[in-house]
Amino acid sequence: MTENGSAARGWETVVGLEVHCELSTVTKLFCSCPNAFGSEPNTNVCPVCLGLPGSLPVLNARAVEFAMRIGTALGSSVEASVFHRKNYFYPDMPKDYQISQYDAPINVGGHIELADGTLVGIVRAHIEEDTGKTTHVGGGGRIHDADYSLVDYNRAGVPLVEIVSAPDIRSAEQARSYVTELRAILVATGTSDGRMEEGSLRVDANISVRRAGDAEYGTRSEVKNLNSLRSLGRAVDYEAARQIGILEAGGTVAQETRHWNEEEGRTSSLRSKEEAYDYRYFTEPDLVPLVPSAEEVAAVAAALGPLPAARRHRLAELVAADGAPAPVDQLATVVGLGLDDLVAAAAGAGADARLALARASNEAANRPDEARALDPAAFAELVKLEAAGKLSATQSKSVLAAMLEDGGEPAQIATRLGFEALDPAELEAAVDAAIAAHPAEWDRYRQGDAKVAQFLLGAVMRSTRGRANGKAVAALLEARRN
Amino acid sequence: MSAVFEYPTSALEIARAVRAGEVRAREVVEAALERIASFDGALHCFLTVTADAALAAADAVDAVVAAGGDPGPLAGVPLALKDNLCTRGVPTTAGSRILEGWVPPYDATVVKVVAAAGAVAVGKTNLDEFAMGSSTENSAYGVTHNPWDPNRVPGGSSGGSAASVAAGLVPLALGSDTGGSVRQPASLCGVVGVKPTYGLVSRYGLIAFASSLDQIGPFAATVADAAALLDVIAGHDPADSTSLEVGLEPVSRQLEAGVAGLRVGVISDFLVDASPSCVAAVRAAAEVLSRAGAVVEEVAIPALMLGLSAYYLVAPAEASSNLARYDGVRYGLRVDGPDAAQMNARSRSKGFGPEVKRRIMLGTYVLSAGYYDAYYGQAQRVRTLVARGFGEAYEHFDVLIGPTSPTVAFEIGAKTQDPLAMYLSDLYTIPTNLAGHPAVSVPFSLSEGLPVGVQVLAPTLGEGPMFRAAAVIEHGADPGARGPIEPRLAGAVR
Repeated sequence: MTENGSAARGWETVVGLEVHCELSTVTKLFCSCPNAFGSEPNTNVCPVCLGLPGSLPVLNARAVEFAMRIGTALGSSVEASVFHRKNYFYPDMPKDYQISQYDAPINVGGHIELADGTLVGIVRAHIEEDTGKTTHVGGGGRIHDADYSLVDYNRAGVPLVEIVSAPDIRSAEQARSYVTELRAILVATGTSDGRMEEGSLRVDANISVRRAGDAEYGTRSEVKNLNSLRSLGRAVDYEAARQIGILEAGGTVAQETRHWNEEEGRTSSLRSKEEAYDYRYFTEPDLVPLVPSAEEVAAVAAALGPLPAARRHRLAELVAADGAPAPVDQLATVVGLGLDDLVAAAAGAGADARLALARASNEAANRPDEARALDPAAFAELVKLEAAGKLSATQSKSVLAAMLEDGGEPAQIATRLGFEALDPAELEAAVDAAIAAHPAEWDRYRQGDAKVAQFLLGAVMRSTRGRANGKAVAALLEARRN
Repeated sequence: MSAVFEYPTSALEIARAVRAGEVRAREVVEAALERIASFDGALHCFLTVTADAALAAADAVDAVVAAGGDPGPLAGVPLALKDNLCTRGVPTTAGSRILEGWVPPYDATVVKVVAAAGAVAVGKTNLDEFAMGSSTENSAYGVTHNPWDPNRVPGGSSGGSAASVAAGLVPLALGSDTGGSVRQPASLCGVVGVKPTYGLVSRYGLIAFASSLDQIGPFAATVADAAALLDVIAGHDPADSTSLEVGLEPVSRQLEAGVAGLRVGVISDFLVDASPSCVAAVRAAAEVLSRAGAVVEEVAIPALMLGLSAYYLVAPAEASSNLARYDGVRYGLRVDGPDAAQMNARSRSKGFGPEVKRRIMLGTYVLSAGYYDAYYGQAQRVRTLVARGFGEAYEHFDVLIGPTSPTVAFEIGAKTQDPLAMYLSDLYTIPTNLAGHPAVSVPFSLSEGLPVGVQVLAPTLGEGPMFRAAAVIEHGADPGARGPIEPRLAGAVR
């Protein structure tokens, strides 16, 4: 069922998201083990993160600073906080309790503004430790039918901030947009790499439906295992449709935790409200209350750069100065990867902002770490060379790739790669040669078959080994036709 | 062994002689191991004796002395460690089947610190399972016998450590005190036992029972030896977030300062139900202090009597969480099952003894949704009341005194069927833990051949005045009431 379909029948979807974000600190939350993804299993462990008898946690000050950055970026009030133990048995949890925050979290309140202008409230953003990772072997790969399970404790004790939204999200699209925006904020604040595919961001969705105009929320289900934006969007649509189906058939929705199955495209019940854990929260006696001073809070706020929304606005203005609207996707990509300063610097140096944005959001975005280290003057020079027709788009991309690899001046790289721009006579000769070699295609082109233009262009590119400027070739072909 | 050197003797005398080159640490440690070999078969103070490691450590101390270096203030002093202190490469059981065979890959901070001070750990001592008990009868590895009477308990939970010092097997031992687990066995065994201010001694590597109450403390035959050990183990540890950053002026230097003008309160509430011999000891100790120039008065602190019931909610609640990790997954006992939950339940059912199970269930219950506020929340409020009661008293007094235990050592088996009677053993020690304060038990008199201890209590970081009073009480005490003694073994004529 689509949102429009259900909306047309008077239903409203209500979503609140709980996002677990792994902080990109060097060490874990309560010990000095490396916080690293992809190491050999059970190599980044010590008595503390293995929960060995007698071991005690020591809070990572950097993780606290990151949490404060996140809270400040979300507009939260950064408050004195207390750690609690959340008690439940699970093999990948070394102590069989998780150190988390409960009724006194570090960040309270705040909001995120989505791309469409919607404000989504933030309830809280608290610090907690991650669990280990269990791999169930055999059966369906789930705990209840596995032959055996393997546990990797490398992730145990990795610092997390759990960001809990208010139930202000009204569609799958908005849910995706919220996570996209949150991810951009986390990356921009330098607190997380934001990689959903590596589990750096994990999303649980509380989903309910109600009749449009109702003041009360419907009974919600909590959906887990949403590992991508695509999963999130599909799960919201599926779950809303499932609940509407139950309600329209006169049934009632059960409050429960459900598991999203990406292959089957559906959710299934994990545990009911009655089976829900009683976490027996109580104050963690091995840690002391966390009381950031007003100076610390102010210092974090002062060090925080402009946030993604503001940076997108700035970049959009630069690009749209030529009269056309800026491409929204490219803006989001470039700001999301922290490449907007590069584009702005290029524009400031006289390069075409729109072209700089295009190169940054495609070729540079594939290697964001190297791109952020690019010399802005060299990048500006590259964009100027391409805009002036001295490099074709293909050549420009090759030069940029070389710059990302080894740095260097674009003009010198172009020379080294043999990317001397063709002089006009050479270019005309290449176009004429292509026409002569493909008479049938030329006829079709002359009769108005625009698709064949790409073929002829390709022939010219092959014969010039990519040195030709595509726009110039197109112009010559057009001129020859008339 | 040098002709002039007798073992057992005090820790300070051993350290002095070793440092002066009058005796080698190896000779001292050999003497300790010999005495353990002679008596511990009957007493069962030790769960593990680390003879080879101890001799190697002694040789290292001797090498430092030979090279003219500083071997540390406790050079060559044999020391026993309660078996809930993690020791790298040495089995550490916490008195529980569930940790049978577990060998920690790391040393507790105190274990490192005492070794750095030149002390030589000779083994791990028996305790009530996970330090839960007052008689050492809850150990999964058998009971420890009181050196004063083999038919009686040594107290607990640090019974093995207390008895090992009382029997002269070692001059020093470390225990842990969550509700009296150092002081009560010290009282029952006729030795000095100290519960330091919460946070003064690092808990890193102490297998947790109730984290907000646990504190490691010394056992010794004399107040001066106990002070020397406390001075070594006190200090900030970045690995323990609850470790205090403020230092303590070494108590060893304050022992001779006397009690002239010291304001001493005798806690009258503790005299109501204690046995007559325990009450008499407190009154006599008060007299000793008074004669030495202290200003002694009785004081009623009714809130302290609420401590026991609050303790038996707070401590089990924390224990239920601290002991969750013994799930059969990573270490210790595992009993296989069809799935993880079953494996977990079976391992815990087999691995924990009845008292530990009782407290886990109690603690789980009091933290449960719907009961939290009535039990755990209420207990925390009572804890505040206890601290406030102490706080008001300490506006008028520098230290307080009272009995350590309501009775002398009781017979093995006398209270095992009645947990509540057993819990009452800690009635006078528990309030100190709830408030995070220090206290010390000093051997004072004999009652029908069994030692009676007197407790000195002080406010946070009040160890200085506390030890001054303890030293004066010791001076006025019956010297026959304290260890080391030649242990009376089962079968011997009493």
